[in-house]
Amino acid sequence: MSSTPTTTGSSPLARAAAIAAAFAIVGGVIVVPLASVFFEALAEGPAAWWRAIAHDPDTRHAIWLSLTVAPVAVAFNTVFGVAAAWLVARFRFPGRSLLISFFDVPFAVSPVVAGLAIVLIFGRQGLLGPTLEWLSLKVIFSWPGLVLATTFVTLPLVVRELIPVMEAIGPEEELAAVSLGAGGWQVFWRVTLPNIRWALLHGIVLANARAMGEFGAVYVVSGHIAGATDTMPLRVEKLFQEYRTPASMAVASVLASIALVTLIVKFVIERRIEAEFHEREGLAPPADSPAVASLAIASPKEAVA
Amino acid sequence: MPLDAGTKPSTSPLAPVPPKRVWLAITAIVGTTFVAGCSTSDGSAAGTAAVPKAAGVTLLNVSYDPTRELYKEINAAFATHYASQHGAAVEVKQSHAASGSQARAVIDGLEADVITLALQPDVDAVARSGLVRADWSNRFDNGSIPYHSVVVFVVRKGNPKNIKDWPDLVKGDVSIITPNPKTSGNGKYSLLAAWGAVLATGGTEDEAKAFVTELYKRTPVLDTGARAATATFSQKGIGDVHLTFESEAHLEVKESKGDLEIIYPPRTIRVDPPVAVVDKNVDKRGTRHAAEAYLGFLYSPEGRAIIAKHHYRPWGESPPTPAPGEVWPEVVAFDITRVAKDWDDAMKKFFAEGAVFDAIYQPGGGK
Repeated sequence: MSSTPTTTGSSPLARAAAIAAAFAIVGGVIVVPLASVFFEALAEGPAAWWRAIAHDPDTRHAIWLSLTVAPVAVAFNTVFGVAAAWLVARFRFPGRSLLISFFDVPFAVSPVVAGLAIVLIFGRQGLLGPTLEWLSLKVIFSWPGLVLATTFVTLPLVVRELIPVMEAIGPEEELAAVSLGAGGWQVFWRVTLPNIRWALLHGIVLANARAMGEFGAVYVVSGHIAGATDTMPLRVEKLFQEYRTPASMAVASVLASIALVTLIVKFVIERRIEAEFHEREGLAPPADSPAVASLAIASPKEAVA
Repeated sequence: MPLDAGTKPSTSPLAPVPPKRVWLAITAIVGTTFVAGCSTSDGSAAGTAAVPKAAGVTLLNVSYDPTRELYKEINAAFATHYASQHGAAVEVKQSHAASGSQARAVIDGLEADVITLALQPDVDAVARSGLVRADWSNRFDNGSIPYHSVVVFVVRKGNPKNIKDWPDLVKGDVSIITPNPKTSGNGKYSLLAAWGAVLATGGTEDEAKAFVTELYKRTPVLDTGARAATATFSQKGIGDVHLTFESEAHLEVKESKGDLEIIYPPRTIRVDPPVAVVDKNVDKRGTRHAAEAYLGFLYSPEGRAIIAKHHYRPWGESPPTPAPGEVWPEVVAFDITRVAKDWDDAMKKFFAEGAVFDAIYQPGGGK
């Protein structure tokens, strides 16, 4: 936040108090709990931490599972997000606003409800249950169900990031490329993608953080099979309930580290977005201004709460 | 008691491979090619003969919440036992949550080979969906109940609220931790134990109702499963007394390193957790032999010793001691017929929509 004088006319004392309160709240609500995760995780020393992460086959499997589920969900959302954002930013068609509001449904719906909805459709007694059984395909209580649930909850993150950027850029450059004889893919790779790359990356990073940390929806569709369908956040809960708090916190610390890396990457990307934005507008970037097109980070911290 | 006993296999374990299995195998292969890496649990191809080949099988045991530690040890011992008896490797995977939720998950398609749940109606629910044959309770000894438990109290060190019997739960400002009877077997048994304790001491049904009404006013939170309630009481430090299974109580007290102790009320309910092979799933996966052997193992001397070690009371004469030097405290335990005609009646009377629990419980201080 800039320290330029504002017009509110508040006394310096009030401002100092407000700043102190903000720091205290952030410290108490975010920094202290997060730090305590690392503290607990390392309570028995780094060797025990490493044993908890690397020597328990169920934990290893959970880490591997998260590392396969999240990227697939993110990849799907990347393809979908780019296509959908391009569609609504470049075309006007009936139902367009409705479509945009549907992108936000996963933000509004509780993840548990999302999970239950997936069970209702893909469960043995569900809509597609008999068909799937006939095909011997497993969706829920299995890897595809985890991907589906994760995809659902992270759906808005990429597309929401791209729509404002695509609208701000406008179609002119793409039209120019077409008029010079470029084909569809050429326009996409040479014009559209370079223009949205930082926003896209921003969306991917956020979606990945959310995907790694997802608990509720995944909880419902996982079936809780140790060494098979427990993702990292589910493993954290299970270890905690099995009186293995240090091991639980060790896995939680891995999740928290992912969150911290996400924050750093996000910060760097936001700087780039800002720089490009001002370059485009032909302005010098101000020293310290809020970034554009930033969505609230939905962090994996809920998993350790 | 016969050794390695309890099994009453209903089909010959050496039946020839029916042609349908071949089709299943083909579909399975096609299926996996389409959705690469799709299914997680079946390294065991469909269409194997009854006794699995050395390549081995994976079983999934879908169980209720507090049996995690028990089955972890049972699974390891059974793998050794089965390999030595039949020369085939078997890995048993486990899934734990509240008993009612687990039954629901199996009905919804969680591909359990065996279910080991907290109470009969949960297995009945799976049976009604057609996955388990209706005569499941006759397939193993003792009505397919390999071990029992009782509901006991866990209190803070030194029993500061002086809780010794059921009436003490509703004195002063005592606050009680027990899981939600709607989802949890532990929760159901706790309510039935409280109700039965009133009747067993000469109380009327109305007095029983008044007692449990007061009891549930003192529950700051109703967790969905037994283990979550344990965490609430022992790790989060909420509540003065935790109503739970004897086995869970011992684990909780051991983990607390002296901060908690067990109180045996003079009267309580006997816990009857049944087991069943999920017929439809084992026939589809070709795992019937291993699944039946697995549940039979619970009745074997080795299985009973492990069960006792985890403070479940194995069925049969002269139960093994829980641990060297330890004894089973004598308890006067009543069963379901103290509070209802049978389990079906109990479900209707206490836990169905609009029944006793809905009538007496108002979500209050908790979630």
